[in-house]
Amino acid sequence: MLIHRGAIMADESSRSPGGANGNGTGSGGDGAASKLHIVGKSRRRVDARAKVLGQTRFADDLTLPRMLHCKLLRSRLPHARILRIDTEKAKKAPGVRLVLTGADTPIAYGILPVSQDEHPLCTDKVRFVGDPVAAVIADTEDQAFAALDLIEVDYEPLPTIASPEEALATPEPRIHEYGDQGNLHKVVAFDFGDVDQALASADQVFEDVFYYEGNTHLAIEQHASLAALDPDGKLTVWSSTQTPHYLHRALAKALELPAAHVRVVALPNGGGFGGKSDPFNHEIVVAKAALVLGRPVKICLTREEVFYCHRGRHPVLMRFRTGVKKDGTITGMELNTLLDGGAYGSYGVASTFYTGALQTVTYQIPRYRFRGCRAFTNKPPCGPKRGHGTPQPRFGQEVHLDKIACALGLDPAELRLQQLVSPRSLTANFMRIETVALGECIRRVVAGSGWKERRSKLGLGRGLGLACSSYLSGAGLPIYWNDLPQSGVQLQLDRSGRVTAFCGATEIGQGSDDVLALCVAEILGIDPFDLRVVTGDTDLGPVDLGSYSSRVTLMMGNAAIEAATRARDLIAGPVADKLGVPRDRLVFAERRVFDASDPGRGMSWQDAVILAEAQHGTLGTTGSYKPPMSAAKYKGGGVGPTPTYSYSAAVVEVEVDPETGWIEVAKVWIGHDIGRSLNPPLAEGQVVGSVYMALGEALMEEQVFRRLPPKLSPALVHKFPSMLEYKSPSTMEMPPVEVYLVEDPDARGPFGAKEVGQGPLLPVMPALANAVYDAIGVRVDEIPVTPEKILRALDAKERGKPARHGPARFPEVPWPEALQVPPPWEGGDGHATNDRPKKPRMPRPGEPGGPPIRPEVRR
Amino acid sequence: MMRCSPFSYRAPASVEEVAQILAAEGPRAMVLGGGTDLVPNMKRRQQTPALLVSLRRVAALRQLQGDGAGVRIGAGMTLAEIAAHPRLRAFGALGRAAAQVATTHIRNVGTLGGNLCLDTRCNYYNQNYEWRKAIDFCMKRGVEGGGWPEKNEAQVCWVAPGSPRCWAVSSTDCAPALIALGAQVTLVSARETREIDLAALYRDDGIQYLDKRPDELLTEVRLGDPTGWRSTYWKLRRRESFDFPVLSLAAAVRLGEDGTVREARLVFGAVASHPVMAEAAADLVGHRLDDAAIERCADAAVRLAKPLDNTDFSLGWRKRVARSFVNGALRELRGDDPAQLGLMARRQMALRVV
Amino acid sequence: MNHVHLSLRVNGDEVEVAFAPHKTLLEVLREDLALTGTKHGCELGECGACAVLVDGRPVLSCLMLGLEAEGCDVRTIEGLADGPRLHPLQAAFADLGAAQCGYCTPAMLLTAKALLDHKARPSRDEIKSALSGVLCRCTGYLQIFDAVERAAADLEKQQAATNPHPHAHPQGGDHG
Repeated sequence: MLIHRGAIMADESSRSPGGANGNGTGSGGDGAASKLHIVGKSRRRVDARAKVLGQTRFADDLTLPRMLHCKLLRSRLPHARILRIDTEKAKKAPGVRLVLTGADTPIAYGILPVSQDEHPLCTDKVRFVGDPVAAVIADTEDQAFAALDLIEVDYEPLPTIASPEEALATPEPRIHEYGDQGNLHKVVAFDFGDVDQALASADQVFEDVFYYEGNTHLAIEQHASLAALDPDGKLTVWSSTQTPHYLHRALAKALELPAAHVRVVALPNGGGFGGKSDPFNHEIVVAKAALVLGRPVKICLTREEVFYCHRGRHPVLMRFRTGVKKDGTITGMELNTLLDGGAYGSYGVASTFYTGALQTVTYQIPRYRFRGCRAFTNKPPCGPKRGHGTPQPRFGQEVHLDKIACALGLDPAELRLQQLVSPRSLTANFMRIETVALGECIRRVVAGSGWKERRSKLGLGRGLGLACSSYLSGAGLPIYWNDLPQSGVQLQLDRSGRVTAFCGATEIGQGSDDVLALCVAEILGIDPFDLRVVTGDTDLGPVDLGSYSSRVTLMMGNAAIEAATRARDLIAGPVADKLGVPRDRLVFAERRVFDASDPGRGMSWQDAVILAEAQHGTLGTTGSYKPPMSAAKYKGGGVGPTPTYSYSAAVVEVEVDPETGWIEVAKVWIGHDIGRSLNPPLAEGQVVGSVYMALGEALMEEQVFRRLPPKLSPALVHKFPSMLEYKSPSTMEMPPVEVYLVEDPDARGPFGAKEVGQGPLLPVMPALANAVYDAIGVRVDEIPVTPEKILRALDAKERGKPARHGPARFPEVPWPEALQVPPPWEGGDGHATNDRPKKPRMPRPGEPGGPPIRPEVRR
Repeated sequence: MMRCSPFSYRAPASVEEVAQILAAEGPRAMVLGGGTDLVPNMKRRQQTPALLVSLRRVAALRQLQGDGAGVRIGAGMTLAEIAAHPRLRAFGALGRAAAQVATTHIRNVGTLGGNLCLDTRCNYYNQNYEWRKAIDFCMKRGVEGGGWPEKNEAQVCWVAPGSPRCWAVSSTDCAPALIALGAQVTLVSARETREIDLAALYRDDGIQYLDKRPDELLTEVRLGDPTGWRSTYWKLRRRESFDFPVLSLAAAVRLGEDGTVREARLVFGAVASHPVMAEAAADLVGHRLDDAAIERCADAAVRLAKPLDNTDFSLGWRKRVARSFVNGALRELRGDDPAQLGLMARRQMALRVV
Repeated sequence: MNHVHLSLRVNGDEVEVAFAPHKTLLEVLREDLALTGTKHGCELGECGACAVLVDGRPVLSCLMLGLEAEGCDVRTIEGLADGPRLHPLQAAFADLGAAQCGYCTPAMLLTAKALLDHKARPSRDEIKSALSGVLCRCTGYLQIFDAVERAAADLEKQQAATNPHPHAHPQGGDHG
């Protein structure tokens, strides 16, 4: 693998980071200490040794004395009312200690406050094949499994809703008793300026319909959780979760426990990718069982069950209409999206907004219209997967632009370069742009791939495609409204020279523990290996919201820098006094504190800490981070803002067999605007890993369902909930990748860093589809791009029909009145001019219309 | 964690002992070779044998013996051994088939006999117990405490609900290759030893797919003198690892000195419940492998490939590829330069065997 | 359930273990021998995460009955390092970003070890092929290939150091 790193010419306001760590502003040292010693160096990550030794403890690796095992009975019907559950036989089965049903855990929960629509075990209805209805806790997993078959459930089947189109046509019966209309969970509409007029003023208006199939995370580790009562009677849950804080809240709510009496420990995740970001049924069930039995209870899901947890990529149908001038300048854009949400809310409201939030942050789009709709269907719920809601419309937009460039006879790279967003600007929908190195990313991949010389010149069957994208460095708003820090870091130092960093952040493989150690070590001038990091534990560390939305490096990093800077300040005083050197001349580096002007004059790190402890008493500092205020004040404007966007550009080279449509990727070139790369092998790993996952989505991965002939069966089942038939690329399918890490430090990021975990996935799918067109002259306006679809497009072309395979039309959706938000350049202030009062919120348990409050069985 | 259902276990040391146990226990016993097909099926509760008869101590099953006229391959040899064995190199199709089964790890324990007896596969059948419960099972259903699946008369075949039979797909890689090479197999039971053509081992039924009694053990595969034969094996699958074939083609030809075809066999895999011999291969005899003869053969042969919608990839596309496979495989046997052929053909011919 | 009592050789140790006879080697290692370094992602032979070495060959512990391992030499990730010293493969994986979440890492390392035992300097295509039975969702594999290549070079240097040769430079396997 070839890696290229390099800074671009930094413009005036993106000079190297420094200054006070104000609200939302990143930092990374100041004064004499600003030379970086660790940042940017290729290092072994702090948790690498444990991982290569097999000593990293994942959730299913834990066992406790007297531990029991839990299995869940899952619905075999896609949609039905539960009439009766008889657990008597199961309770008498060998080894069975407890059988739980929905009546035992009646309180609803959910990741978003606006969709508290899940229950640990279904109470009145099942909504998809795989929805859990009962739990068996037994001495062994075998016994629990055997007892599942002894539970009798009587169902009254309800009509199956298999697709958004069916949901649109079938408002009754409702899958949920809440949501915007019928079986439409969320329907939103925005006008950022008069788009009709913008399209009318264009030389040409292009319209395209695209479809992006759903897919799932497929982390190799299956979800596992262990719950136990502490000796003092409090509850601890160890789990493979990316979001211990949100799980903590859900447990406290669903089990009616004081939050301070619940501890969640997020074990390192064996891959997350967004799939372990929701609080899950099984986590609450084992907690409940441990409370009832007073014994540790563990569950590890089977692979099939992991497919039912899902929360993966929403299938999205979308239509773009874009007005352009002859030179390719965009006058306005309209986007409609229709999401298949599956059976529960999950992050779906946010996902819906995300399908329209980031179209404006790459190219200048003076006016923009977005309509989004998420439907409930009787399938496992969709949610956030790497790129959350944005890869689907990004695929559509970038293929759409490729078609526009081809139609206008323009180079697709030039079309993009000529209208990039400006740094430090606002978009039509009030997303605040900070640094933008997208142009440099495009130039690097264009040069590396020989784009100008090779595009369209490789002969029939081989081609190049280009696409760009952008992603958040952390969501601007937390999932539940609050005014609190989104990440906190606490440091503890003592006379041994030891530094321990505490943070709620969760290691999911991305390297968050290393970022934490690195940021603190850089500021204090010690080695990351000198630190001990304690993370993912709600009892031990300050709150961090979790490993999602690419937020950890930026938010935790800034909090860590603040805490470390405070610690350095505590130490600098007594050291300056002792050495007789002005504080601002002190350098913290190489495990020493010394005079910048006379490096021989100084002392060891440990001696410095001893001095500080003597002066201040026990040493400890904290740091915290809150993102800047969003410029988007309209309702729904909370989804999309971020402290700073990352940018990516990719060129993909494909080979396609004209006879069979067989497709292979020859090579990928990818440039990523990372701000600054903190530990290059890790950053590169995120880029290459994103390319890998993107190629899986682009070529083969599908979370799809099979409906049996309705006359014979109501079944709607996952087509292949297995690692074998859900195709994910092996080593043999992975092409070479050339990575360009483009460094343009952003003042809002720690040491200038932006995100790198999700953004580089986004440009790959459209670049691949564009490459297929370059290779063989047909369009596959659908993900995944499979040989079958290519051949269908070739057949269509041969028959004189449009040379494409893809959806024909976008259905009628009952859109609400659009929020009118004038863009900044048309006098807008970020508010909608027609905002209406909030709709009544969903009734809570005990309120009129809400579910009853059941007396909780207390210990 | 997916776990096996409980069973008893015996590990005899000779073929005779195995045969005696099988005779005594009946269909409740199953033979455990490498276990790479049986163990997942047990975990999914497709098969729940009461007794497993392990072959690991039966050294006689792991021998390769050559005589002047050909070779005798022990059914207990692993697929990795078959793929790498220098004495089997002359049987091109076999090595390529064995080398493409699943993954390195599976080939290290999976046996030739196991691959030949591989349970037929179907997207409605190769699912966990809970999943199959959600479709109310299908006609191919394991019997509690029994080994081989039996027909569940109360249920339909979900692939073709009007059909009285099961359409699960023969997914063995080695069988098409060995049939094209004219292999025979030996079946040993307590009461007799049978030697039959491998082609005759298979039946056109997704449930009773083997013409082999539960008390019989497949012990050996015999191949004749390979002199003059050229053979190859092409396999269609999504990924170059892990995946079962969703279409495969074994082609073998014996060419005369004048370049005309003296004998030819084409066998499709994964298009039906059994490996499908294409009679059209006979039309090649007496002709040179010129483009016209190859095209004619491809047109005729491909009519036999009738895939159904129960594997990866759409059936229409698999059928289209079948034609490309016949064309390409025969061109490979003719000695065409891969560089002159399409991507699919190059991929098949450049198979990376380690 | 009646347990069977078995002698196994695991990571060079003779161990005696009693377990239910229907357990796979995976279950025996993780649950009865507390060797949780061996992972699992499907238990059906479809992901490769549970790979261990049996008599030097990589096999899937989820598909092999514990009973079938009787008398075999089993090596798990716990037995790869030389005491506190990382095996060159482990060191290279750690340095080059080849372990992200670390979940497929034990299987990748053991499979790579079997490859290098069999072929000291494999080509990249041979590495790809040898590792093609283990799925990784984090890395995109390329850093894993890099790490195997570096480890092969390091092992060669190590061997040269133990069998002194005028042009060889001694070097430890554990970088840092």
